[in-house]
Amino acid sequence: MSVHAWLDERIGLADFMSFLRKKEVPDHRHAVWYFFGGMTLFFFMMQVLTGLLLIVYYQPGSDSSYGSVQRITSQIEFGWLIRSVHSWSANLMLLSAFFHMFSVFFMKAYRAPRELTWWSGMGLLGLGMGFGFSGYLLPWDQLAYFATKIGLDVMEKSPFIGKELATMLRGGADVGVITLQRFYALHAAVLPVLFMPLLLLHLWLVQKHGNAAPPSVTEKKSVPFFPTFFYKDLMVWFLCLNLLALLASLWPWDLGPQADKLAAAPDGIHPEWYFMSQFQLLKFIPGKVGPVDGELLGMGLFGAGGVLWALVPLWDRGSRGRLVNLVGLGAVIVLLVLTIWGYAGVAGKG
Amino acid sequence: MTDTPQTAAAPQGLSRRALGQGLFAAAAALYTAALAWPIFRYLKSGTQGADEGPQVNEVNLGAEKDYLPGSGKLFLFGSKPALILRRKDGHFVALFATCTHLGCTVKFAQDQDRITCACHGGVYDPDTGRNIGGPPPAPLKPLVVSTDGGAVVVRRA
Repeated sequence: MSVHAWLDERIGLADFMSFLRKKEVPDHRHAVWYFFGGMTLFFFMMQVLTGLLLIVYYQPGSDSSYGSVQRITSQIEFGWLIRSVHSWSANLMLLSAFFHMFSVFFMKAYRAPRELTWWSGMGLLGLGMGFGFSGYLLPWDQLAYFATKIGLDVMEKSPFIGKELATMLRGGADVGVITLQRFYALHAAVLPVLFMPLLLLHLWLVQKHGNAAPPSVTEKKSVPFFPTFFYKDLMVWFLCLNLLALLASLWPWDLGPQADKLAAAPDGIHPEWYFMSQFQLLKFIPGKVGPVDGELLGMGLFGAGGVLWALVPLWDRGSRGRLVNLVGLGAVIVLLVLTIWGYAGVAGKG
Repeated sequence: MTDTPQTAAAPQGLSRRALGQGLFAAAAALYTAALAWPIFRYLKSGTQGADEGPQVNEVNLGAEKDYLPGSGKLFLFGSKPALILRRKDGHFVALFATCTHLGCTVKFAQDQDRITCACHGGVYDPDTGRNIGGPPPAPLKPLVVSTDGGAVVVRRA
């Protein structure tokens, strides 16, 4: 009996294949955007793989964190590569997640019956940014220390639960070894436990409802998921792998001097690009706007914008396409301008 | 996706298809190796020398008078556990304390005047380290003891 027949008898391989062949993916001139969800998934899988490898040598602790990352980068064979891939892939994962989110927004793919797919995706993006924020501290170098300190100070200014949340994450009033332990627990245990079921829900919903074609596409053409779309998807993953290998080996991730609470914040310090727009907003809002605290206002504005964004399936029920496009365009412009402005502000300072 | 061109040029198409599949398999094998090799080296490199530690040839165990006749205690010879025994006639015996059965650390049972292993009931003779009961297949490895000027010094045999 062939392996195929043996497996078929036990797990129903033929049913699965016929399901894949029946599954169709819309084919139109915007179809290229469908690849970004798969790319995000690919980079996430790379994160799991390299993260599991890093855990083998990483030792959280005020002295051991920095020392073990230094050992990974300089003594363990290919350690520099594994760490570099982990950092690059984290950035590429969030970048493709943003492209994915905006394409879904503009294609109005969040409309019924896909509201839960949209919300689970927003949840995944939030957790993904949490992964980025918590992972950034773990090497315990100067930049990691100050970025986390600033990030938590900003969180502290958020309305309502900001102060409580920041204190809880920090494990006290200052960023220290307790914060490091908490962030490690978050990064390597808590967030994965929350992320995995949400990811499975998201993927299952995508399977259940299929890909949505944008309303502007009237001609209903489609291609079979297997083999046509599957092989294209695989090819895109293959390109992503090559890109990742190139970036990680040509520009290996740096490790700065060890965190030192007595040192002043380095010049030009700034958060990762995906937090840059918030950072810049807080920088240019004055300390007091009328009677309101400037930072509180900034975080409030950002939070309100995020809530409106997430609730789009509720305020666009199919008749507000133009408004949605304007809001989307506005969001893209505001985020881009703030981010570029932020980078221009720190350029040449560090 | 249609099969028409392939059926039209059947003999040539087949060999081209086989070539394509061969190249695909070769590329896939190369990529798998390029991914697996760094992971293999990464996981292997941290283990080298981790259990050996620096080579130790001699350990000073302090004053001879501190050891009562008929007693025994564990000490570390480098990174390996070892036993030092002072027999009732006053002479010293030193043995590596790793059971030759499955590597547990043995202990000196003073009340029975035997070396025993708690894991699977191995028994050794305290004078020679010979395996005299239970599953151990070989004697405990011996060390050499000297008492120069009142200090107990253990060396490799």
